[in-house]
Amino acid sequence: MASVPALKPTNTLVHQLGQTVVEMTVAVGDLALFGAQVVRLILTGLPRRGVMTQTFYEIGVRSIPVVGVTGLFIGMVLAIQAYDQFHFLHMETKLGAAINASLVRELGPTLAAVMLAGRVGSAMAAELGTMRVTEQIDALKALGANPIQYLVVPRFLACFLLIPLLTAIADAIGILGGWMIGSQVLGIDSFYWWLHSKEFIAIYDVQCGLTKSFFFGGAIALVSCYQGFHCGAGAEGVGQASTRSFVWSFIAILVLDFFLGVFQSGLYYVLWPDPISLF
Amino acid sequence: MSIDFSHFDLSAAAFGEPVIELRGVSRAFGTQTVLRDISLTVQRGETLAIIGESGCGKSVMLKIMMKMLEPSRGDVCWFGKSLKQRAELDIHRDRLKFGYLFQSAALFDSMTVLENVAFGLRQNTQMSDAQITQIVHDRLKDVGLPMTAASKKPAELSGGMKKRVGLARALALNPEIVLYDEPTTGLDPIMTDIINELILRTSERQPVTSIVVTHEMSTVRKVADRVVMLYPLSRLQPDEPQIVFDGTAAEAFSTSDPRVSQFVHGQARERLQELAAA
Repeated sequence: MASVPALKPTNTLVHQLGQTVVEMTVAVGDLALFGAQVVRLILTGLPRRGVMTQTFYEIGVRSIPVVGVTGLFIGMVLAIQAYDQFHFLHMETKLGAAINASLVRELGPTLAAVMLAGRVGSAMAAELGTMRVTEQIDALKALGANPIQYLVVPRFLACFLLIPLLTAIADAIGILGGWMIGSQVLGIDSFYWWLHSKEFIAIYDVQCGLTKSFFFGGAIALVSCYQGFHCGAGAEGVGQASTRSFVWSFIAILVLDFFLGVFQSGLYYVLWPDPISLF
Repeated sequence: MSIDFSHFDLSAAAFGEPVIELRGVSRAFGTQTVLRDISLTVQRGETLAIIGESGCGKSVMLKIMMKMLEPSRGDVCWFGKSLKQRAELDIHRDRLKFGYLFQSAALFDSMTVLENVAFGLRQNTQMSDAQITQIVHDRLKDVGLPMTAASKKPAELSGGMKKRVGLARALALNPEIVLYDEPTTGLDPIMTDIINELILRTSERQPVTSIVVTHEMSTVRKVADRVVMLYPLSRLQPDEPQIVFDGTAAEAFSTSDPRVSQFVHGQARERLQELAAA
C-alpha cells in the first residue's frame, strides 16, 4: 500500500513571517485605497460647516494645552541636557541655536505629532470604532450620508491643516522654554542666545519642520480613521483599534520623518550648494 | 404638517409588484457561510416577518436587502432592477426610499433626539430649519414621544424610547419600505406591544412595505401578512434550502413541520435532548 506523504507543518516561523508580510501588505494597500477615497471626496465636496467647525475645534483648539506642555518641556530638557557639553567647549552662547534648530527641524514636529497621535488619533479610532460596533456607521449609510465623507473628511482636514499650526505653537513654546532655562537658570546672555539662533536657523529649517507636520497630520488621521472603520466587535475590538491606531501612527511618523528628512536634506544641497556650518 | 404621499404609487396594480428581490444570494464571513442561495421576493404593500434562531442570518439578510452588506454571490433587485447594473448615484437615490430601524436603535450619541430625527432631512433635502423641526415634532408625536424628549441625548433615554426615536428617524423621510431589525428585542411586554402597534399603524396610515426581523411571536401574530423562516446552515444538509417556511402567519402557527412549529411555539425538547446526548 502506498504510504501517504506526511503534510509539511504550516506553522513554522517562516510561514508566520510570510503571513504577517502578506497581511501587512494587504493592510497598507487597503489604507492607500481608503486614503484615495478620502482625497476624492474632498475634491467632490465638503461636509456642512457645522460638522467641520465642531471637528476643527475638538482636534485643534482642545489640543493646544497638550502640545504647549510638550513643547515647553522639550525646550527645557534640551537646555538642561546639552548645557554641560556646550560649557565644556566654551560655547554656551550657541546653546540656543542648537536647541532651536533641533526643535524647529526635528523634535518639535515629531514629538508634537506623537503626542497628537496619542490624544487625537486614539480618540478618533475609539470614537469611530464605537460607532462601527453600535451600528451608527450603518445608520449614516441608511440615512443617505456617505460615512467616509461625513466622518473621515472633516477629521482628515482638521489633522492635515491644524497639526502644522499646533506644531508651530509647540516650537514657539519650546523655544521660549529653552531660553527661559538658558538665560534665567543657566545664566547665558539673552542677546547672544537670540543672535546665534538668528544666524543659524534659516526660514528653510522652519519650512522643513512644518512641511513634515502636514504629512504627519494626514498620516495620523488616515491611520486612526481606518482603524476605527475596520474595528472588531465589542469593547475589545474598540480597545484594539485604539491601540493599533497609535502604534501604526507612531511607525508612520518615524518612517515619514526619515524619508522626508532625506528628501529635505537633498533638496537643501540642490537649492544652496554651499552649506552653512552650524558651528 | 401633513405627510407627503405624492411619491407613492397607490394604484391597485402597484400593490403586489416586487419591490425587493434576492436572487440566489449567499454570504460568507471568512470561512463561515451564513446565507446560502437565498431567493426571496418582497411584494409592495406587504408586511413580511423573517423569523429564525439567533445566528441564522436574518439581520445579515436585512442588511443585504438594504445594500449595507454585499452578497458574496447572487443578486439583489430593487423595484425590479438589479443593483449590479445601476450607478452608485441611482442606488443612493433609491436608498432614500428605505427606512431602517436598527436592533440597538443606533442613535448618534453626540446628537440630540431632534438632531437624530432631522439627520436624514438635513442630509438629503433643502428644507428650512423650521420645516425640519415641524416634521421632527410630527414624527415624534406619531411614535408617542413628548416634545420635551427632542432636546435629550440618547444616553438619557430608556430602551423603549430609543427604539421609538429610531423609528421616528426611520420614518422622517416618508420611506416606501421600512426594515425593522428585531424592533422589540430587550423590551418589556407593554413596550413590545406599543412598538408592534406603531409598526401596524405605520403600515396602515402610510402605505409602506414592511420587513420585520424578529424572534417575538407576538410581533409575528400582530403585524405579519407573510412569514419566512430561515434555518441555521449548521443544522441543514448541503442540498436543503435555507428558507424552511414561506406562508401566512396563521399557516406558520399551524404547520406540521417540526422545525417551524417548535420555533413558533418555543418548544426546545429536541434541542435539550441533543444537549443531553452531547
